[in-house]
Amino acid sequence: DITPLSISLSPCINPKMAELGAGSLLLGDPAFNYQEAELNERLKRLYPAVNEDETPLPRSWSPKDKYSYIGLSQNNLRVHYKGHGKNHKDAASVRATHPIPAACGIYYFEVKIVSKGLDFLSSLLPLSPIPGWDKHSYGYHGDDGHSFCSSGTGQPYGPTFTTGDVIGCCVNLINNTCFYTKNGISLGVAFTDLPPNLYPTVGLQTPGEIVDANFGQQPFVFDIEDYMSEWRAKIHGMIARFPIGERLGEWQAVLQNMVSTYLVHHGYCATATAFARATETLIQEDQTSIKNRQRIQKLVLAGRVGEAIEATQQLYPGLLEHNPNLLFMLKCRQFVEMVNGTDSEVRCFSVRSPKSQDSYPGSPSLSPRHGATNPNLHSAGADSPTCSNGVTPPNKNKSHNKYPGVSSASSSSSSSPSSVNYSESNSTDSTKSQPHSGTSNQEETSDSEMEIEAEHYTNGVAENPSARIMNGTYKHQEILQAQDISLGNGVAGTDDSCASRQLCGGNQAATERMIQFGRELQGLNEQLCREYGKNVTHKKMLQDAFSLLAYSDPWNCPVGQQLDPMQRENICSALNSAILESQNLPKQPPLMLALGQATECVQLMARVRSGSCSFARVDNFLH
Amino acid sequence: MACLLEAPLRISVLSEVTATSRHYVDRLFHPDPQKVLQGVIDMKNAVIGNNKQKANLIVLGAVPRLLYLLQQGLSSSELKTEVLGSELRTEVLGSELRTEGVVVLGSELRTECVVLLGSELRTEGAVVLRTECVVVLGSLAMGTENNIKSLVDCHIIPALLQGLVCPDLIFIEACLRCLRTVFISPVTPVQLLYTDPTVIPHLMSLLSRSPRTQDYITQIFSHCCKTPEHQTVLFNHGAIQNIAPMLISLSYKVRMQALKCFSVLAYENTQVSMTLVNVLVDGDLLSQVFVRMLQRDLPIEMQLTAAKCLTYMCRAGAIRTDDRCIVLKTLPCLVRMCSKERLLEERVEGAETLAYLMEPDVELQRIASVTDHLVAMLADYFKYPSSVSAITDIKRLDHDLKHAHELRQAAFKLYASLGSNDEDIRKKITETENMMDRIVSGLSESSIKVRLAAVRCLHSLSRSVQQLRTSFHDHAVWKPLMKLLQNAPDEVLVMASSTLCNLLLEFSPSKEPILESGVVELLCSLTQSDSPALRVNGIWALMNMAFQADQKVKGEIVRALGTEQLFRLLSDPDTNVLMKTLGLLRNLLSTRPHIDQIMSSHGKQIMQAVTLILEGEHSIEVKEQTLCILANIADGNTAKELIMTNDDILQKIKYYMGHSNAKLQLAATFCISNLIWNEEGSEADAMTGCQERQDKLRELGFVDILHKLTQALDPNLCERAKTAMQHYLA
Repeated sequence: DITPLSISLSPCINPKMAELGAGSLLLGDPAFNYQEAELNERLKRLYPAVNEDETPLPRSWSPKDKYSYIGLSQNNLRVHYKGHGKNHKDAASVRATHPIPAACGIYYFEVKIVSKGLDFLSSLLPLSPIPGWDKHSYGYHGDDGHSFCSSGTGQPYGPTFTTGDVIGCCVNLINNTCFYTKNGISLGVAFTDLPPNLYPTVGLQTPGEIVDANFGQQPFVFDIEDYMSEWRAKIHGMIARFPIGERLGEWQAVLQNMVSTYLVHHGYCATATAFARATETLIQEDQTSIKNRQRIQKLVLAGRVGEAIEATQQLYPGLLEHNPNLLFMLKCRQFVEMVNGTDSEVRCFSVRSPKSQDSYPGSPSLSPRHGATNPNLHSAGADSPTCSNGVTPPNKNKSHNKYPGVSSASSSSSSSPSSVNYSESNSTDSTKSQPHSGTSNQEETSDSEMEIEAEHYTNGVAENPSARIMNGTYKHQEILQAQDISLGNGVAGTDDSCASRQLCGGNQAATERMIQFGRELQGLNEQLCREYGKNVTHKKMLQDAFSLLAYSDPWNCPVGQQLDPMQRENICSALNSAILESQNLPKQPPLMLALGQATECVQLMARVRSGSCSFARVDNFLH
Repeated sequence: MACLLEAPLRISVLSEVTATSRHYVDRLFHPDPQKVLQGVIDMKNAVIGNNKQKANLIVLGAVPRLLYLLQQGLSSSELKTEVLGSELRTEVLGSELRTEGVVVLGSELRTECVVLLGSELRTEGAVVLRTECVVVLGSLAMGTENNIKSLVDCHIIPALLQGLVCPDLIFIEACLRCLRTVFISPVTPVQLLYTDPTVIPHLMSLLSRSPRTQDYITQIFSHCCKTPEHQTVLFNHGAIQNIAPMLISLSYKVRMQALKCFSVLAYENTQVSMTLVNVLVDGDLLSQVFVRMLQRDLPIEMQLTAAKCLTYMCRAGAIRTDDRCIVLKTLPCLVRMCSKERLLEERVEGAETLAYLMEPDVELQRIASVTDHLVAMLADYFKYPSSVSAITDIKRLDHDLKHAHELRQAAFKLYASLGSNDEDIRKKITETENMMDRIVSGLSESSIKVRLAAVRCLHSLSRSVQQLRTSFHDHAVWKPLMKLLQNAPDEVLVMASSTLCNLLLEFSPSKEPILESGVVELLCSLTQSDSPALRVNGIWALMNMAFQADQKVKGEIVRALGTEQLFRLLSDPDTNVLMKTLGLLRNLLSTRPHIDQIMSSHGKQIMQAVTLILEGEHSIEVKEQTLCILANIADGNTAKELIMTNDDILQKIKYYMGHSNAKLQLAATFCISNLIWNEEGSEADAMTGCQERQDKLRELGFVDILHKLTQALDPNLCERAKTAMQHYLA
């Protein structure tokens, strides 16, 4: 029922969903923009768990869901009554643009009574069937201080309220209760067992009645954040005190295993060994294999993708041939790194260049000469990384047994592996020459998996691109960045080339090599198209990579994002996962799976309207 | 058979225990200090968590020996310091002589050698031994109250306080820990902390030593600050400045203890509270620091104690009652402490503190009355022990029983505070489920605390005319109240009699049955009490009773009180008593037949008393009341003559008609007006009497005065004088 001046909550019975009344927003008004910014900031702080793309928060009264006697002004925040107010039939109400999302956990809004109006209708008439959404509504009425719950008969609840008072309404979506506040004082629980999807609503019935809403545009009179902190503490306490009981030992083993597998997955060999020793557990993978993966990852993260490809082909023959998509991604990245000047194929030029400049000052003829000797220089460059050949033998033996055909090929080309590889890819039949070329089905499945990985593991969380947590890639950056830096320090010139920021490190020969490589890449793409059909993702990748050349300063161009070292992380973990999978090991560490699952659970809680999700954020438990 | 076998076994076990205990004590007397040290360490390990062992060792005399070892170590080290010091001094002096007076070097050397001495002693084991002794003593103190008593009887406190002079921090901490344990026990006389005036300043100086010393010392202060004198001592020694920085300590324990200390220091202490509001901690005002501690995600203990500090500061006038930190923070926090979710102890403290906070302020009472359904929430305080707990859980029942009284009295106190001013709140309270029944049964509970709180609550509600007419009568609250008035302690009597005053107001339907219950004797006996509050209430109740009462009641009051007592009360040193006695007289002397009757029997004494008061040094109010009595007397038929024949009184009336205070002028004019009055249709002889009076008064010059007063500025006075003049002319 709608009776004179009530602050209430109404359920969604109208099927039509109100849209934000954008038409009435004065976007040019700087004061309003400032207010909007403040609102956004406050809402983000109050309701961090709410995904506004899915469930928008109420920000104003809805011009669509209102009675004709209601007038809206001031960005749809001020409500005034313009009816006759002669009897209860003249009562009118308006609701907010959106229902309260469950992920708020605790939701709060305030209404200031600007004017109580001329109250010439003092008696409440019995409930009349006003159509729409007033049934099952929950209100607090100013005239008598009663609370009304789904019926016309009120219960004595709180004090009366009038002009100048600020009335707040807090919905607790954790225990489904609601309480009101008056001038910052909590009046105690008004309703229990509230249904979901309630709208903030206000009802008026007296001419001259004016109320202003505050959905977060201004600081609230009531300290809602303090109330929230109590519930946050409650829920954290509940989680912290979750009974484990007799399963304590079992849990410990699981946790140790999780830590261990995580360390192994990322190739923290020494740490993993130390951990295993301390906890007396076993590591599934052998140490050499971990070290190999660690080395490949370091290479990718340092931007030396070419070397990483070589090493992978050497240590895990057939792997890339099985995963042409991965190979393509790697090569695309290699191209980008060439632009960056970090890939060894171009770095070998720039490393030399200062020296050569010294001996042959200002000579333009140098570059062509370098270009002419390119293959030799290149092979030397490939050999130069300290460990590329040093650790292979034990692994080689293994791979000999597994893939005799390929291993012989790789051993024969071991003197200058990269050049052989490139010629292979140039000759466009590297995949065909593989022993299992007939199993197209298998390739298709691996293909689809690659697709998923190329999309940054967003399976299951695709609706929420803003969330930083993605299955399997959560918080990689800190760890890997650290690694990146340490590696960068070890490899001289990486930082320099970044700092100088010249295409291919500013070296002509390197640029030529890059262009040549680009053509090879193009060729590889065409070949893949012929074999597996068109691939939109590949095309896009290639286009983006080539676009870099269209700008004089690739680092400051619309596609310059690609050059960011952070971009190496996805391809790095994709490669790592592929290697692990090839060794019949899980492609994601269980810890990450668990994290992803927990995050997903919390989001699922929001969707099934369990308010506690807002205070059980996974972030709160990661330090 | 089994029983027979078991008995001797037990004895042997017992004697075995005593034997081992004796062994521990014996080892303390070994000549080899190394053996003694080992003995103390073994003793320490033996007593931890073993109350029986602790009691045994105390009985066997371990405490004096440990104290001896402790003091021995102290004095020997002091001795050594002195010896070594003097040796050094001579040496330094020698060098001084040689280098011709390098005093600075000397002092440097001196500190250095003290440090050296410290380490030397440590290696010697003296400090180690002393520390271990204190640890054992601390462990013994952790046992039963009897243990503490024994320790205190052995003079452990001065010994430990003496130990605090030692430079070794670990030793100091051990001493403080032990002192803490002893002082927080209710059996320890707190005065022992203050006997030596150097102790408090020394403890203040130790506060900066470590978080542990902070923790222990503030705990000692909190438990030993029981009187305003204690507060002043601690305040004068800089407790506030020394403890304030601890409020932002990294250690929760230290923060909490500092907060507790402040709550004890600020309680009903204006000086401390006024100082506290101006203290800055890390750039923030102390009140802001306290408000931060009210945050809902902090431990309840901290929220509650911070709310207490703010409450005490507010009650002392250091924070305004309409300050946001009181209205929006402290009050809501205290209301939360009353909720069902809190522990019983917390609910008691919360309710008591809240009652204290809002007692003098009606606005806070109004706010509290609508906060979180407080009035209804308090009803739950009466539901202990709950019927469920009695059946299912004995432990819970015990716990409930222990707190049931406390809960009830706290709820009554809070209701009393809530309803002390606002009629709507009183209505809300009386409408709470079974509220009146609860008060009625509370009045006759065994616990004095509950009875007192219940009667306070009843008193608060009795200020409502509405409630007196309805719920008070319906529930016959006067019955238990009357019962309570028979031999109760003074503080209960004060409240009960005060409530009775309200119940005897003329519109109260309870007045009749109370009168019939023979209350007059009781009230008359109250007027003879030593307590001024009781005398006031007694005479006040009689005054209310006499208001518009019939002749029989008035006669009974006069008879029971006796003129002697009445006049004694008229010379009472307490103005309140005097005022109410005059009020009683005035009420007795109303309606003509009553006036004449009482004046005919007690006229002489009354006139004497009136004269005395008018001549004495009294306030305007007292004199006004007295003149009103005269006016009443003047209203009588025969009583008039008592004034007319008393020239002294007439002169006094004349004097007050010309007084600078309009109230007194009015009262005096009233009196004269009554004397002049001639009533139409009255008897002829009265008429002649009237004429005579008028003539006499004209002779005395009253007409001139009246004439003058018709020009008075005060409209009432002017009006009264005009009426009187009209009667003259008639």
